Parts: sequence; structure tokens; C-alpha cells
Amino acid sequence: MLADGVMLNIKNLKKYFPVERGVFRRVVDYIRAVDDVSFEIKKGEVFALVGESGCGKTTTAKLIMRLLQPTDGKIFFYGKDISLLRRRELARKIQIIFQDPFASLNPRLTIGTIVGEAIKYRLETTGERTETKKIREETKELLSRVGLPVNILNEYPHQFSGGQRQRIGIARALAMQPELIVADEPVSSLDISVQAQILNLLLDLRDSLGLSYLLIAHDLNVVRFLSDRVAVMYQGRIVEKGSVKKIYDEPQHPYTKKLLEAIPTSEPAAIE
Amino acid sequence: MEKVLEVRNLSVQFYKGGKGIQALRNVSITLKRNEVLGIVGESGCGKSTLALSVLKLIPEREGKILSGEILFRREDLLRLSDEKLLQIRGDRISIIFQDPFTSLNPVFRIGNQIAESLALHRKDNLSTSETEKEIIELLELVKMPKPRDTMWSYPHQLSGGMQQRVMIAIALSSHPEILIADEPTTALDVTIQKEILDLLTELQKKLGLSVVLITHDFGIVSQICQRVSVMYAGSILEEAWTSEIFHNPLHPYTKGLLGSLPSRKEAPSYFQGEKRRLKAIPGQVPDPSNLPSGCKFHPRCPIVIEDCKLEEPMLREIIKNHWVRCIRAG
Repeated sequence: MLADGVMLNIKNLKKYFPVERGVFRRVVDYIRAVDDVSFEIKKGEVFALVGESGCGKTTTAKLIMRLLQPTDGKIFFYGKDISLLRRRELARKIQIIFQDPFASLNPRLTIGTIVGEAIKYRLETTGERTETKKIREETKELLSRVGLPVNILNEYPHQFSGGQRQRIGIARALAMQPELIVADEPVSSLDISVQAQILNLLLDLRDSLGLSYLLIAHDLNVVRFLSDRVAVMYQGRIVEKGSVKKIYDEPQHPYTKKLLEAIPTSEPAAIE
Repeated sequence: MEKVLEVRNLSVQFYKGGKGIQALRNVSITLKRNEVLGIVGESGCGKSTLALSVLKLIPEREGKILSGEILFRREDLLRLSDEKLLQIRGDRISIIFQDPFTSLNPVFRIGNQIAESLALHRKDNLSTSETEKEIIELLELVKMPKPRDTMWSYPHQLSGGMQQRVMIAIALSSHPEILIADEPTTALDVTIQKEILDLLTELQKKLGLSVVLITHDFGIVSQICQRVSVMYAGSILEEAWTSEIFHNPLHPYTKGLLGSLPSRKEAPSYFQGEKRRLKAIPGQVPDPSNLPSGCKFHPRCPIVIEDCKLEEPMLREIIKNHWVRCIRAG
């Protein structure tokens, strides 16, 4: 049964990493990185997974991207089990942008190739013709969409700042024309002023392209600003989920309360 | 209030590719007794360079202090002999860094690393049992849950938050007057960050420390700093009491930074019209080897005029105790 407008549906997802000992690599225990996680993301929604390091939020993202095989559980995209999709088909539906814009771009490729390759891959998948000229035109279009100059096709990643590289990463993700973007800590390595630019860009793209986001973040202020619904993860489990307003105004779980109390408020306390 | 540390017109240059890069340009700060002074800015603004320069920790191969004075007890630290400097650095003025794991030596037990600092900075030649007692007292001071066990642990056996507590214990082992904290919680999770900030505040009051806190996070500034200096491209653009900065920022850069914060829901910038958007500062931090003319912020400034491009403005006291480097302010 599909509820209205549900795009991604995650059911009882588990990922256990074995802990091995001795010469025969006997499995002595399991690390329950993701332990029975369920949630759904609706079309056009920004859904956030928040939690501290090691809580399993990035593992969940990797399972959705099929970069890891789940121990148990299912992920459905519009009702279709993603484990049955071809990788190409999956890539056209879900794309990811990473935290570190330095590590996620190949330093030996030009910007034109980085974005162009993705466009070519999409055209091959849909069976369209891959003309160099067409790809170049589309690359330029994508670059201007993410707020970059279009004359940078022959430049290399090291020539750009962190914020600009993050824009290149976003352009590459958009090249596949995905419906869902997994954003794994998209702004946590950026400076405050640049962070605000990227957050605005993500919202602009959602409005103009009708994208949905799965936002993985530890910064609760960023999450509150960007998201519609939030799930709080702790030790591999979702301890609480709900609308941003509900989670931030009336947290129920003690861990959520502790997390919210720890946010620096950006309003000076009464220090004389 | 009494001044404990005064930096006057400090300029620092780094060498990069045969070229000199001005990392600090005429920076002045004053730290008063029992005060927490925040230095806030984005990466590359020179805030860490300032922390390192105060302790003369800039490697000679990489850069040098061009001019300025660093006054501690009426003495200029820059003119002291190395021997005399050692009696101040790490002793009267301690520092803690962002990443506790790389600051601790991985092959020595925690106890030994604290003992090393005690042996260096305590003149009263502690015996082994006295040293052990001191180590445990220090670990209790920074609220380690099991001080006796921790003493025998290696750094990798402790979490990031616990490692930072050990670093604070080492920094405090010499009973310093001044503590410089360079992004002390940036590598930590939020709940741990809160614990460390609470600890620093408590220790500052209990021990009467004067603290220079270097951070990029306005949230941290608002929680524990009494005064704050905002840095950009190697110089200070604005300085005022913390609540003044938040409620009445006068420099367009400070205004922009505060508008960029997603946490300030109540700020008018949070919603631009109907849409949920932040009021971001356009453009990016200038390349330190290729700084713009005049005011270093002018290419990104929303209220720039021709005069801004000609000459770098002076830091002016526009309201009492509120200094701004902008010709259009006030």
C-alpha cells in the first residue's frame, strides 16, 4: 500500500558489521550500525536524519545509495524495491552530495569532464545520443543553475574554493536529473557566509526542480532551517521523528532534549 | 579592569611560493583580567595566526612577525630571550588546540604527559607520590569520571571529549593566568561541546583565568564571551561587548555573518518575502595573496561606495566601547 506522495519508503532497515577475532576471523560480535530504522520521504520534502558521530546516519545514506548491502530490511522507491533496480536506474533516481568537496571531486579531471561524464552517463541510460556539443551546452546550463560562471569547463577542482566545489558537486548530482538527493553533511565543512549561500541554493533547487532531499546533518540549526521533517538517531536507532516544529518545540525523547539543549543559541546569555 | 595581555599593531607575514602573504595587518587586542574575549571569523581570517603569534609559535621558516608588540606584565614578549619566553609560554600563558588527538603523544600514558608538564613548569620539584597526587587532582579538576584509571590510559583509549579534558588539565597544570583556546570544541559533537564549554566557563571563574577564545561559531561566542572581536582578511573589523555585537552590529560584514546564521530564526533575514531563505553574503573570502584595495570587505559589501576602494578605513570608536572599521558606519 502506498501512502499519498511517498517517494522513498524504508522498512526495518538493519546493517550489522561483524566484529572478527583471531586467525580464523571468527565473528565474535556485531556492531549494530543501523538497527531497525524505518521512515518515509514524500515528494518535494526535506527529510533530515540528525545525530552525533557514530549514530548510523551516514550508514543509512550508504544503504540507500546501495553502496552497502543491508543485513535486513527493504528500501522502496515509489513502491519498487531498490535492490532489484539496475545501478544505472538507481543513479537516475537518487544522487548524493558529500561533506568534503575536496575529496569528492577527482583532482585530475576538468570541471567540464566531471559534470559532462554524468550527463553522458544519463544520456546512455535513457538511450539518447551523446553528442559532445550537446553535453557541453548542458554542462554550462547546469553550472549556471548552481551559480557558477560557465567559462570554467577547462579548469580543475583545485582552482576553486570550498563553496564553489560544493556547487560543482551539486551540478554533477543534478546532471542525472534525480528525484531525490541525499545530502550528507553538505555544509559542515564550509564557512558561515558560504554555508548560507549553499543552503539557499538547495532550497532554490527544490523549488525550481521539485527535488526531495534526505539531509544528513549534525548541526541542529541547519536542520531546523532546511527541513520539513526530522528523525533523531541514536546508536543506530531512530529515537524520535516528526515535523521540525514538533521536534524542536516539544521534544519527547530524553536524547532529543539533551541534543537541543546543547545547541549554542546565538543569542547572548546574560553575561555582564 | 586591569589589562593582562595587550597586543598592539601586530603584523605577521607568511612566505608562500617566494611571495610574502600578510596574515595579520595591525591587529590590536586587549585582554582584561577574568575576562573571556572571543575572536571570531571565517577560515583564513588570521584568528589562529593571532593565537600562535602571541606565543611566538610561528615557525621561522614559514613566517615572521613584521611589527607590533605583545605586552604581558609590561614586557614585550617579542623582545624576550628564548629562555625567558619559556618561563611564560606554557607556564603563565597556556594554549589548547582544536584537535586533542593530534596534540597528545600517542605512545605515552596520560599520566606521563601531565607529569611532563608538571616537571617543566613547577619549580617545587615534586616527588613521585606528590606528582601522582597532583595529576589526580588535575584530572578531577577537569571532571574526568575515573581519574585514577585515566592516568594509566593511552590517548586512543579516550573519546575526543575526554582527550580535550586531558589537554585542558595539561594546560592548567602550570596554574596559568591566561588560557588561549583555539577552536577548542570544533572537533567535538554538540553534546560534548556543551560539556567542554561548561567546564571552561566553570574553571575560568574558579581559577580566575583570563581567556582568549578563538572560534568561527557565534553560538559559542554568545554563550561564554564577554567581549568579541570580529576578524576578516587579517584585520579586526569590529569589536564590542557580546550583547552589543548581537543586538547592534555596525559593520556590514558582522551584519552579514549574523544574517547567515540559520539559528537566528527571529532575525528578519530568515524569511525573505514568502520564502525561507538566509541573507547570505555574496562572493567569498578574498585570497590572502591577492587582497582587494581599500576596505578588504568592499567587493562583498552591500553598501559600498567609491571611497571604500581607495583607503583601508581606521578602527573607530563609534559608540563607547564599540569599535568599527567602516567609513559608512555611525
